[in-house]
Amino acid sequence: MQQIINFIIRNKNFLLFLLLFGFSLLFTIQSHSYHKSKFINSANFLTGGVYNSLNNISNYLDLKAQNKLLTEENKRLRILLSNSAIQADSVFLDSITFNKLYRFHTANVIKNSYALNNNVLTINRGKNDSIHQDFGVISSKGIIGIVDKTSANYATVISILNTTSNISAQLKKSNHFGTLTWDGKSPEYNQLIDIPKIAPVSKGDTIITSGRSSIFPKGIPIGVVEDYKLDLAENYYEINVKLFNDMTSVEHVYIIENADKEEIQNLLSNN
Amino acid sequence: MNSILSIHTVRFIALVIVQVLILNHINFLGYINPYIYILFIALFPVKNNRVTLILLSFLLGLTIDMFMDTGGIHAGASVLIAYARPVILKFSFGTVYEHQSVKFNTVDFGSKLTYFTLLTVLHHFVLFTLEIFSVSKVILIFQKTLFSSIFTILLSVVVTIIFSRKPK
Repeated sequence: MQQIINFIIRNKNFLLFLLLFGFSLLFTIQSHSYHKSKFINSANFLTGGVYNSLNNISNYLDLKAQNKLLTEENKRLRILLSNSAIQADSVFLDSITFNKLYRFHTANVIKNSYALNNNVLTINRGKNDSIHQDFGVISSKGIIGIVDKTSANYATVISILNTTSNISAQLKKSNHFGTLTWDGKSPEYNQLIDIPKIAPVSKGDTIITSGRSSIFPKGIPIGVVEDYKLDLAENYYEINVKLFNDMTSVEHVYIIENADKEEIQNLLSNN
Repeated sequence: MNSILSIHTVRFIALVIVQVLILNHINFLGYINPYIYILFIALFPVKNNRVTLILLSFLLGLTIDMFMDTGGIHAGASVLIAYARPVILKFSFGTVYEHQSVKFNTVDFGSKLTYFTLLTVLHHFVLFTLEIFSVSKVILIFQKTLFSSIFTILLSVVVTIIFSRKPK
């Protein structure tokens, strides 16, 4: 017993180092796997507060460009509204049974990163605004990512510029779908894999979300095909997608809530 | 003792704030950022307890990780250089360190540069290895280590020159 205690006292530096280094490794490995419980994230009171107060100041520097983006979006939505056929044919007789499938919340990005391998954004909405895990996040131009951790007033978003991110996406002109991933190289490009060889891919095709998960509705724009090649097994295409979004400059985003998500997930977990 | 304690508290907070609010957003050429918060570990008094330094480094790294959502990569790299610091001190300062009389304001520039370089390169190598976490991207790890180290070392030297008090 005496010897054990002596050993611990003699090597206390090394043992402490091993212990703390082990903790760091544990946190690192947890952060590499999707949705593992971790408590080191920027959605807490301290970090969220610091980023929020900085964002309050730096907001002003970017006002002009952000205003322009929002007016462009307004214009697009106005065109959509005035040209749609909704007014004529859809009258809901019973307003109680009618319930919108997707609800939208607005938020501001208070921390963005794009130079790491696993990029995470922080937004200024949280549980108090009924934001929860696995809500989709988009901007006026396209998708941004998926909500991961939430605190009372802040939430972290796993960006599409994250090597652990997997989002179901498809070609706009046909229904062939695959998985949107990121190789960690350029913040302008994402990779769409597992598109079958039979699909009619050509340069310049639009890629949209497929609506095959309960996170994003179908048809959210992602980007256009930049180039493509067959993968090693020569059965599937690997497509380089140039994103519509400039991921290095995002400010105003929308959070999408799927009202039927619980139902869908219950159904899936029963099988 | 009290003034030393407060100096280090201020240094800790100031370095974290500067790191997360300014330096993490430089992204020179797309991905190159300096990580000068390790100055806290580099300039920690030599005579102090090693256990204190290792614990403080872990705390420092974890704070940075919390702000950057990077799991535990900064904590790991910081703890490692805090543990390895005596060896690096001995290598770069030699006999001055043996006599326990290293004062970072008074040592000559060459050995200080060696010290910073060794510490920074070791830190960055561990940092990017943990971040990328893949053997197949080993070239990317070396590339990031090299460029970010150059940036960090330059900035550390400039900062220490600006903030150094004249030896009386």
